[in-house]
Amino acid sequence: MSSLTMRPCGDFRTSYKQDNTIFETSTIRWVAVLTVLLLCTAPLFLDGYYLTLCIQVSYLGIAALGLNILVGYTGQISLGHGAFFGFGAFASAWLNTSFNIPVFLSIPLAGFLTMAVGMMFGLPAARIKGLYLAIATLASQFIIEDFFGRAEWFSGGPSGASAEPLSLFGFVFDTDQSFYFVALFALVTMYVWGCNLMRSRDGRAFVAIRDHYLSAEIMGIKLNKYRLLSFGVSSFYAGIGGALYAHYLGYVSAEGFTIFMSIQFLAMIIIGGLGSIKGTLMGVIFMVLLPEVLESTVSVLKDTDWGNVPMIVDGLAYIKEMAIGLVIIGFLIFEPEGLAHRWAQIKNYWKFYPFSY
Amino acid sequence: MAELILKVEQLSLAFGGVKALTDVSFSVKKGAVFSIIGPNGAGKTSMLNCISGRYQPNQGQVIFQDKDVTHLQPNDRADLGMGRTFQNLALFGHLSVLDNIMVGRHHLLKNNWLTGPLYWLSNAQTEELEHRRRVEEIIDFLEISHIRKAIAGTLSYGLRKRVELARAMALNPKMILLDEPMAGMNLEEKEDMARYILDLNEEFDITVVMIEHDMGVVMDISHEVMVLDFGKKLICGLPEEVMADPHVKRAYLGIDDDDITLQEVS
Repeated sequence: MSSLTMRPCGDFRTSYKQDNTIFETSTIRWVAVLTVLLLCTAPLFLDGYYLTLCIQVSYLGIAALGLNILVGYTGQISLGHGAFFGFGAFASAWLNTSFNIPVFLSIPLAGFLTMAVGMMFGLPAARIKGLYLAIATLASQFIIEDFFGRAEWFSGGPSGASAEPLSLFGFVFDTDQSFYFVALFALVTMYVWGCNLMRSRDGRAFVAIRDHYLSAEIMGIKLNKYRLLSFGVSSFYAGIGGALYAHYLGYVSAEGFTIFMSIQFLAMIIIGGLGSIKGTLMGVIFMVLLPEVLESTVSVLKDTDWGNVPMIVDGLAYIKEMAIGLVIIGFLIFEPEGLAHRWAQIKNYWKFYPFSY
Repeated sequence: MAELILKVEQLSLAFGGVKALTDVSFSVKKGAVFSIIGPNGAGKTSMLNCISGRYQPNQGQVIFQDKDVTHLQPNDRADLGMGRTFQNLALFGHLSVLDNIMVGRHHLLKNNWLTGPLYWLSNAQTEELEHRRRVEEIIDFLEISHIRKAIAGTLSYGLRKRVELARAMALNPKMILLDEPMAGMNLEEKEDMARYILDLNEEFDITVVMIEHDMGVVMDISHEVMVLDFGKKLICGLPEEVMADPHVKRAYLGIDDDDITLQEVS
């Protein structure tokens, strides 16, 4: 993980353990721990609207990290991530209502179930790559969407499925305030899990396959197995994210899990930075905040004399979608390595200030 | 010395009508430095690819440590103790040098995608640190400690070659296949590389099979030399014998005008 060759003065590492940490320096680690602690107190001073946004960042962030492991780290492509997210949502609701499995168990189980489905659709991935793989995963998107529509025993058909709120030891997490902690816990766990995956054996194998699959094979990495596993891990994350989504809203319907959602996940990781864990989170926050910021801007504009243009005020819904497209194009042109890279550059600039190198 | 580590028997490989290798047999003794030379397109790299599993030969057998490995996947051969480097650099460009070499430990590590992320709870951390120690030994041996945190894709050519060698050594191989380890290097880097090859052969007891064009190096460090020409084996023997062989001179080294006139005079 620690790719930074430059370390602050006086940061000496005397053991390999110190050299293998997730965070580059102890300062960054303490800042991260403090941030999480601060976030724990957020329900005290944030109202429901902001908590909803945080929870949204959490479940989308988990799913997006899965996609980044597949696309950014293993170098595969998937256009069906939104469908896997939806599958996780339905699976958890289904396991909970049909088999009376408690929700705190049905969420991870939904993850594993989605993993199995993802690996099934990932089977062609072991053989094809590039554009062909994109089309194959596109097929998986439509097949799963169709499955939602037809399998009424699973998804409730057109009427959708209802999902019980999460309860643990008699405490029911059915408000924004309480579910916020579940979302935060899941987010931190899954991101730590991702960081550890990338600094251990199988994570390195993923990156090796992305960078040079021929020599990865010579180094003893079973290509088919790891390509498939990457699909599995990615769907696992999508499933967990989807399950959290289901038990937060209390109701799942198939309409949301379209190709548009898959593209949004891709947009998140492109904006955040392919192959970067903290970049994933940045991208998700960016994409969640973008429509909200647009909306509040428009509501401010509406009250001014000059800004109350019908085209802007009434066309907000279209502006939101166009903004997403514009942002993706803008990032591809000006910052193809994403927010994570921009962040590193800003950090370096201040590290050397006032010198440029 | 007499024990054989690799036996290639009547190996033939054809791509459509092009016969890359025809009926080549040879054997490599345990602990030897074995060189394969030959003009461009003679089938040297095809031979290495057959041994390491990139290509499936049409006929013949590859026997590694008394085990028939002809139809094994490349990753299974790595488990058996076969390492290799590539002619055109094949490092993992976005990983650090350290991670590149740690990938070489892949088949020796035990943790999987479930236990690995439970870093502190499972033995993933201990395992990681244990293997790091061994990787650091290799880094020290090849004198690349100053670049261990550098991203592999940003290094110079000579250093990348050295990192590739380090990665292959991290497999704990019994035999290492080197495809032109010294191509494109300056004299100083060549000298260093030759020293590393000799040392890894003697200290780490790794058998070396290499392809090399620099005849000075080949003659100096190999115990045995095989010459390929148009996919056929010309001769295999001690470096001096090979050097003296007239066929080899004609096929590969070229015959000086002076030599011809001298022969005519005598």
